[in-house]
This record gives sequence, structure tokens and C-alpha cells, in this order.
Amino acid sequence: MSEPVKTDVVIIGAGPIGLFAVFELGLLDMKCHLVDILDKIGGQCAELYPEKPIYDIPGIPMTSAQGLVDSLMEQIKPFNPQFHLNEMVESVEKIGDPLFRVKTDQGKVFEAKVVVIAAGGGSFQPKRPPIAGIEAYEGKSVFYSVRKMEAFRGKRVLIVGGGDSALDWTLNLAPIAKHLTLLHRRSEFRAAPDSVNKMMALVGEGKIDFVMGQVTSLAGSDGQVSKAIGKGTDGSAFEIHCDAVLPFFGLTMKLGPVANWGFELKDNELIPVETSAFETSVPGIFAIGDINWYPGKLKLILSGFHEGALMAQKAHRYVYPDKRLVFQYTTSSTSLQKKLGVAPEKPQPARAVAAS
Amino acid sequence: MAKITFIDSQGTARTVEGEAGSTVMETAIKNGVPEIEAECGGACACSTCHVYIDEQWRAQVGDPSPMEEDMLDFAFEVKENSRLSCQIKVSDELDGLVVTTPSRQA
Repeated sequence: MSEPVKTDVVIIGAGPIGLFAVFELGLLDMKCHLVDILDKIGGQCAELYPEKPIYDIPGIPMTSAQGLVDSLMEQIKPFNPQFHLNEMVESVEKIGDPLFRVKTDQGKVFEAKVVVIAAGGGSFQPKRPPIAGIEAYEGKSVFYSVRKMEAFRGKRVLIVGGGDSALDWTLNLAPIAKHLTLLHRRSEFRAAPDSVNKMMALVGEGKIDFVMGQVTSLAGSDGQVSKAIGKGTDGSAFEIHCDAVLPFFGLTMKLGPVANWGFELKDNELIPVETSAFETSVPGIFAIGDINWYPGKLKLILSGFHEGALMAQKAHRYVYPDKRLVFQYTTSSTSLQKKLGVAPEKPQPARAVAAS
Repeated sequence: MAKITFIDSQGTARTVEGEAGSTVMETAIKNGVPEIEAECGGACACSTCHVYIDEQWRAQVGDPSPMEEDMLDFAFEVKENSRLSCQIKVSDELDGLVVTTPSRQA
């Protein structure tokens, strides 16, 4: 186990709600580390629809999803949050009153007084194609990501998909694999043109095969696939003999390990919270944004912002049990403005008096 | 207004009223039609509102845009008549439209 990272708050999820929580916690002097399974900051906003417009952020008539993420990043800059991307929180264990040990799938360990679950629709995980019995092959001969290229040396590899992941791994594994087939449902790809050209060149040189169609079933035994059976785009049936299958059908949201943290979930996917601080049934663990549930809950970004503000007030009690919390406004509080790095040198009167 | 019939993967048909200007996906969600998930809420950013257009309606509904084709790569059992229902606007011309939903969206 690696040396634990000690911090005030661990936020699970770096979407807009997790980001704004950094602001509210920061104003109250709490330092945050954020963990997200994606390789980028912004959650769904950045992963699913960065270009799409958002019209219901108060005071901002229109912004794009990525624009909102960028603005939030600028807003929380003074608080210097630490990000741990490409990591999924696997366990949250109570070790004090309150003190939590948070572990990720990459072996990182945090110790924090407060845990904020802002995981939205859950963690983004690879989509599983609807091929009957595919589960039996997963992790043995069907893989949704490549951790070690060497594992595919000398094997017959089938890659399914038409995006950047499918193309990149086709190019990377072609020299290593004994034989490589790329299977996609059409002749157009949504990948970098350069990768497509390189792939086409390999096909032209007879180094790899490209087949147009879709897989309908797998054959094999004990988790070892022997062939993929499919239907060509022209309606013909085909079989591809292979030792490994790599399907790349993008990402979908799954609740993930949160389901095993002992919360009694609402509809098997939402964490119930009370509404004075959006705290879960475990004191010190909060849930804000799309992942929580309470009567009247609306899955809106603005609701998540509100939840974060109330959460921070209660979190302060756990992080600074001996400090009295005085409620202040960023508009007028010199101490808050100092934290934001915007404190004027002289006190500013609310209204300028006209010189007469 | 246009009547739209959704036939689910088990063969059960449900006919609902669609408002002109809204999308076929929105019409499904509003009326509780099963087998349409619309995970991304209609942003053409997932592929969980996948439907098959009835052959008689294919010309009228038209073909997917290149962006929609890209998203259809993430759908399963994609056919010639596959569309994402969030990208089909309801209009009076589509009164009587028939679509079938696949057994799985994601």
C-alpha cells in the first residue's frame, strides 16, 4: 500500500458539481482532492456533449458544456484542487470519527475527514456488446481496453469498432499480433484521418484484414474464444478465427463500486441523502448532484451547485470541529476575497458617493 | 400533431400523439414508451434512442446525418433502417409513422 495522501476532502467525480464543491469548500478553507475515472476533467459535460449548449445556469443565458467546465476551472483555481484522473475509487472505509480511507483501482490511498460523492450517473465504463455469453470470455480473451500490448504477441486478434480506440489499437497491435482483423459496420470511420489512412495502407499491403459487418456470437470454451460469428453489411454470414477480441463501442455510465459501499440505494442507483446538508446515512460522507436522491430531487446542474454549498457548511464541522463558522458573502467579505485573491487594498463602499 | 406507433422488441405496438417540432425520442419518453433510454437527453451524444424505421416510412424520414452515423456505431444490431429517434423531428408529414425498438439500447 502506498503512503496515504492526507487531505480534508476527497471528491469522487470531477464533473461540474464536484468542481463547484471545490469552490464552496475552498471558501471555508477545506482542501480537496478529486478522483475521476475519465482521462479528463468535466464528467458527462466533457465526455458526452462538450459542444452542446446549456441554457439553465442562473445568470448565464447560454454556454456550452465544455465552456461551463472551463469557467468552473477558472473559478476554483485559487483553491488549487488536486486531480487524480484515470482512476476509479474502489473503496471507502471508515477509520475514524470521521476519518475515511479511500482507495483507488490504481492503488492510490487517501485519508480524508470528509468524502463527497459527486459521481453523477456513475463511472464511465466500456459498453458491452449484446453478444450472448460474452461475459464468460471477458478478462480472458475479450478485453475492453489494452493494458499490456505484449499480451497479444503472436495471437490472432479481432478488433471491433470504428473510432479512435479501435483504429489506434489496430495500428499498435498490427506488428505484434500474428493476424489482425478490424471489423466495423461501414466504410466510414469516426477516427483521425491519419489513422484511417495508415490502417487502409496496412490493408492494402495485406498485413491486416478489414471486414464490414457486425459480430452476432462468439464460440470457444473455458473463456477462450476460438471464433467470432457475424453478419456482413451485405447480409452474408462470416466467421473470423481469433484468440482475442477487443470490442470498442464507447462508454456508458455504470454505478460501479459505489453500489458496494453499504448505502441503501434508491432504485438500485441513487444514494439517499437528507436535505439540510446532503449527507448520506454515514456521517461525513455526502452525496451531491445526479447521484443523490431526496423527495423533489431534480437532476439539474443548478441543484447540484446548491447541494454543494449546503454540504460545505456541514463538512466544515467535521474538518474544523473547534472553529465557529461565520456565514459570509463573497461580495463583501474581505477574508473570502483574500482567499479568492481579489481583495481590494482599501475597503470598498457599497455605493460610490458622487463628488460635489 | 402526428400519430406515431412504437412497436417494441416483443411485438407490442403503442400509438401515441407526437407534437410537431418535438422529436420522436421526446414523444417516446413523454409517453412512457419502453425500450428508449435516451441517456444523453437528446444531444446525439449516445446511441440509446435507437429505432428501426418501418420500410414504408424510410424515404419520408430520410437518412441519418454523418454525425448521427458516427453515434450509430455505438449502437447494436444496426440495420439499414436504423436511426436515432432524437434526431427525427415530428411533423404533420410523419402522421402515422411506425418505428420498432431494438431489444437492447446499451
